[in-house]
Formats: sequence, C-alpha cells, structure tokens
Amino acid sequence: MSHVATSPRFKENARAALADPELQNALKFVEVNFIARRREVADKLPEFDALRDAARDIKNHTLAHLDLYLEAYEQKVTAAGGHVHYAVTADDAKRVVLDICKRLSAKTVTKGKSMIGEEIGLNDHLEANGITPVETDLGEYIIQLRHEIPSHIIAPAVHLTKAQIEADFRRAHDKLPADRNLTEPTSLLAEARGVLREKFLAADVGITGANFLVAETGTSIIVTNEGNGDLTQTLPKAHIVLASIEKLVPTLEDVSQFLRVLARSATGQEMSVYTTLSTGPRRADDPDGPGEYHVVILDNGRSSMLGGEFGDMLRCIRCGACMNHCPVYHAVGGHAYGWVYPGPMGAVLTPSLIGVDQAGQLPNASTFCGRCEEICPVRIPLPRMMRSWREREFERHLSPVTVRSGLAFWAYFAKRPRLYGLATSLAARALALIGRHKGRFGWLPFATGWTRHREFPAPQGATFQAQWKARQRERR
Amino acid sequence: MANPAKRVGLFVTCLVDMIRPSIGLAAVKLLEDTGCIVEVPRQSCCGQPAFNSGDRATTRAIAEQVIDAFASYDYVVAPSGSCAGMLKMHYPELFHGDPNWLPRADAFAAKTYELVSFLVDVLGVSRVDASLETTATYHDSCSGLRELGIRVQPRRLLGSVRGLALTEMRDADVCCGFGGTFCVKYADISNAIVEKKVANVAATGANLLIAGDLGCLMNMAGKLQREGKPVEVRHVAEVLAGMTSEPAIGAPHHPKQHPDAEPHP
Repeated sequence: MSHVATSPRFKENARAALADPELQNALKFVEVNFIARRREVADKLPEFDALRDAARDIKNHTLAHLDLYLEAYEQKVTAAGGHVHYAVTADDAKRVVLDICKRLSAKTVTKGKSMIGEEIGLNDHLEANGITPVETDLGEYIIQLRHEIPSHIIAPAVHLTKAQIEADFRRAHDKLPADRNLTEPTSLLAEARGVLREKFLAADVGITGANFLVAETGTSIIVTNEGNGDLTQTLPKAHIVLASIEKLVPTLEDVSQFLRVLARSATGQEMSVYTTLSTGPRRADDPDGPGEYHVVILDNGRSSMLGGEFGDMLRCIRCGACMNHCPVYHAVGGHAYGWVYPGPMGAVLTPSLIGVDQAGQLPNASTFCGRCEEICPVRIPLPRMMRSWREREFERHLSPVTVRSGLAFWAYFAKRPRLYGLATSLAARALALIGRHKGRFGWLPFATGWTRHREFPAPQGATFQAQWKARQRERR
Repeated sequence: MANPAKRVGLFVTCLVDMIRPSIGLAAVKLLEDTGCIVEVPRQSCCGQPAFNSGDRATTRAIAEQVIDAFASYDYVVAPSGSCAGMLKMHYPELFHGDPNWLPRADAFAAKTYELVSFLVDVLGVSRVDASLETTATYHDSCSGLRELGIRVQPRRLLGSVRGLALTEMRDADVCCGFGGTFCVKYADISNAIVEKKVANVAATGANLLIAGDLGCLMNMAGKLQREGKPVEVRHVAEVLAGMTSEPAIGAPHHPKQHPDAEPHP
C-alpha cells in the first residue's frame, strides 16, 4: 500500500476537520442532498426492501461458492480472448498492471474511477515507473490535481467547495481565460472534458474498476455518470479491469437486481447515466475497442474474511450510503478516517485490510446509532462488526489504559449490585447536595470530556432504588 | 377481569436510578395505573458500557445476574430504548452456542419491553390521564427507534396529554451524539453532532424537548443549557404520568415548588 494510513491519528484528524470551515461547508451537501434523494427514490419503489433482501441473498450465495464462480468467470473471460490475473497482495496487483503497461511501452494511462486503484496506491506506483496516470472521473481528476485521496467512495471530492475546485482548475489549467465561467459543476465538467479529450486519444492503456464481474458471461460492468469510463476502456490499446474477489455475481439477471438498488442507494438516482458492459477485447468485426483485455482480481486479505466474523462485509457494493447517513462522517468527513475507505464501511473494512492496531480508532468512533445498517442495500450489520473489532482490541489489550482501568473499576461495582447500590447512593446524595441548587454542573472532575461542551445535570438526591426500598417499608 | 394482574419487574436503568429517579417513579405510576403489579429487584446496569467497549466477559457476568434477578416476572420493562434494546436484542447474542444460558436469555428477551412500547403494544393503552400546557418536540433515540421500532407509540400517547402541542423537529430520527462512552471518548465529534441536534430543537420554537432515553436527554439538555437556549428537557414517562412538578433535567431546584418527592398517594 502506498497511501500512508493516518488512521491511528483519527482523533487529531477529526479535530482538524471540525475546525475547517470550508470542509464543514462542503459536508453539508452529503448530509442534505444524498439522504433526501435516496429517500425519495426508495419511497417510490414499493419493492425496494425486497430488492435489498434479494441483493443480500445473491451476495451471500456467491460468496459461499466463490471458488466456483471465480473459475467459471475466468473460463468465460479467457474464451472471449481476455486474461485473468489473480493478485494475492497489493504489490502483486501493481506488478501485473506495470508489466502490461511496460510491455505496451505505455507513456500515459487513463483511469476510470477505481477504489481498488486507490487501495493499492496504483497512481504513485505508475508515476514512480515513468508512466503518467490520468484520472478521468471528474471527482478523481480534482483530487489528483490536489494530490489527495478520495474522501468518499463515490464522490471523491465531496470534501471540497465549488470555490476551492475552481481555484484548483485555474491553477492547473493555466491557459484558461480569466473570464471563463467555472462556478457551476457543469462548467467544471466541460473544462475537464476539454482537457481530458486529448488524454483519452493519447492513452496507451485504460484502467477501470468494476462494479460487477459476471460469472455467466465473463463480463465486467461499470456504472458511471460522466461517460468517462467508456472512453477510458475503448480507445487505448489495452483495457485493464481492476477488481477485488467480492465483485463476482453469478448472472446478468442478478446484476439487473443490483442495479435497481445500487444507484438508488448511492446517489438517489433510479439508474446511473451509463452502465457499461465489457466482455473481452475488440473482435474482428467490432468498430472499436481495446486490443487487449485484462482483469486483475485482487484478494489483499479478503479471502481470510470469508466465512468469519467479518464475512458479511464482503457483500458491500460500495454505494456509499452508510457514510451518507453517518453522523460521524457528517461531522468530520472522509479524510479523518485516514485511509482509502471512510465512514461505517471503512470502520469495518479498514482494520481488516491494514490491521486493527493501525485502524482501531475507526470502529470505536461510532455512536452505534444504527442508521448505516438501516439503509445498507445489502443489509450489512455494520454496528455489530464494529463491536466485534472492539472485542478484538479488548482481547489484545489494544484499547487505551485509561479506558480499560475505568471499565474495570465500574465493572467491579456493576457485578455486585448491593455494593453498587451503596456506592451510587452515596455518590448521588453527595452530588445532589453540591449541585441541586443550580441543578447542574458546568465542570466535573472525571467528566471533563462531557463538561467541556455541555452541562451535567445534578442528581435529584436519593437513588430510585433507595426511594423504592423506603416506599416498600412504608407500605408494610 | 378474569386476567390476573401482570407482574412487571422494572429495570430502572443505572442513569435513572442515580441521576433522575423521578423517571422511575413515573414509570411505576404508568404501569400501576394499568393494573400491573410493579416490583424492583436489586440491580445495577444492563452492561452496555462493557458490551460496547468489547469486554464480553464482564457483559456476560452482568447479563447472567440480570436474567437471574428478573426470572420470576411476567414482564421486564425499562424506561429506555437503549437499555431495553440491550436486554432484548443483545443478551441472546451473548449466549450463542450456550445450551444452558441461551434458552434463558431468549425467554428473558421475549418478555422484555421498553416502557412506552409495553404500554401501547402489549397493554393496548391508547391514552393517558395527564395534562401539560406547552409546546413540545420529540426526539427519537436511536436504539428505541431502530432496534425496537419505537416511533408512533410515544407520539400517540403524548397526543392524548391535555394541553400539549407536539411539533416535529427536522431530523428527529438522527442521533444526538450521545452514544454512551462515545460522548467522552470522542467528545469533540459528539459535540458537533449535538450542536446540530439542539439547533433543530430550537428551530421548532418548542418549550419542551421530550425523549425516551435519559442518556440522550442529559446530552441534549446539557448542550441546550450550555448554549443558553431556554428549552426544558424531560423524559416521556414524566410527561405521560403527569409528573412534571420536579425541575426539568438540569434545571435549578426551587425549594417552594416540590410537593411530589413521594408522588404516591
């Protein structure tokens, strides 16, 4: 992996994010627009929840027989004249891609949006080897200009305001006339298109991700809204598909079910603008298409998740709905999570991929509000799995000493209700005595995390259990 | 009535027990008004702080103790969606594969309810005898809403409180940022979330904020007070039981008006 994870510094990242007014401004888009749009299209489709069940079941079935589907898929790709490359690690995947590029003497490669490309740090690797990668998805293009990683898995540049993006464009596209309007997303897109057109034509290799790999036909499928993926994969000499093992689905019929939940969950569209199917390289009578077609299927630790505590995570179809609905993501944005995958899905997946010792903060930074699980199109129990990571951390003594000792102190009493009753009775009476007049505390020792931001109410006096005992005595 | 009175074990919750016993007394009144016999076995906490910190062994020890203490009751009722969710949805998963404890945990879960859901869904209560002249807004606490499906029940009963006008806030179903230990472990993020929540509360112009979980209520009340927003905050049980003479959560104590420290006639 070439992105150095800053996940261990999640708290510091979060604090910086909260103090960044432009980021806070940009994040409002996620909180307001994505949620309202999803709700609107979901409400219009009476069978939406049934489709979610079906999507979950198809993924579960595929994952249970993944070896068979991978084999079947590979046969179909090969029969269509393509090549399947299995990559156990990120390094393996980078090596495969670089070898193909070198063999074709590639100078530039165009890229459609690929989270696997981000996961393995492909761009840095290509650049280090003298090959220029050009991102062609508008959001990816913007963050490439800024040398950033995506802050959202479907909206990579959602952490930026329009004004910031306009400034980046004026800096990078230095021949722009000053009076050129770049204030609207459509004008930014037109400007990027103009620049990218030449790159599309010059590219030697095109790399895309895949939303689905279809075992029945050996087809890879991408869904996009800008059409950049189509040019990326049809114009160059070779098309390389970067995907991970859990992208497999059995049939095209299955894909049609997923397409009905994917865009609705992701952007609140009924369908994405482009759904592009690729099967093998250009055939003799095709008017266009790549001369070579390669699929790099990455494992990178996923096979060890199969059948285990985190196996459900492999159902994820990368729609981003969980982060769109997450109050923590709304507060701090995606970069605070410190690696490629943010939000609730990142809080579960990142520890699997880079280690819980690195990413242990992420599954802890959740209120367990459950909204992510409520809207997940494939019904991944994200809070349950975040809790599982907390259990792993606790078992491995990775959780902070202060948390562990505080918990042990509390547990000593909680496991002894009689003693607990005495202790809380004393504490409640003492705090009530001090705080009752004002009704609350502006500062409390041992609770400064609370009182830094809010008042703490004074207890009323005798505990409920003490009052109850008194009442029982009176009644006798 | 031919049916014998239901024996209800009240799981009062550790926060209500220590910080705001009047919520427990209100729960007792609401249950007794329907003819239930209420008892309160000795108890500490449902174990969520340990459960959500990854300490399964402690959680199990506490769960066994709770299941034992409430074994003899027809029902277990808690004035909290979060604690009731723990007892009802998560206790059984603690005992997966344990042939001795799993059936007990399942039976315990099956008879456990959050207070308002118990009143409406089990006892069929459709109105309460209470009055409160004010405008209020209701916050849906996450566990009650998403684990237990509590949404219409409190609104229906609050709708029967004489003089009470309910107005919906924007994003009533969005987390308040409490999250148990989250609010101190990630204090700054929690603060950002509760800031949005109290802004939505204040925007309704309501004088009273109501919810069903004391943790969330303390969080929201504490933030409203810190920001100087004059909104009172109360638990839904207090309002439904007509027991609103106690100062609201975090409000100053006025020695003169305090007739109901022992609210039972």
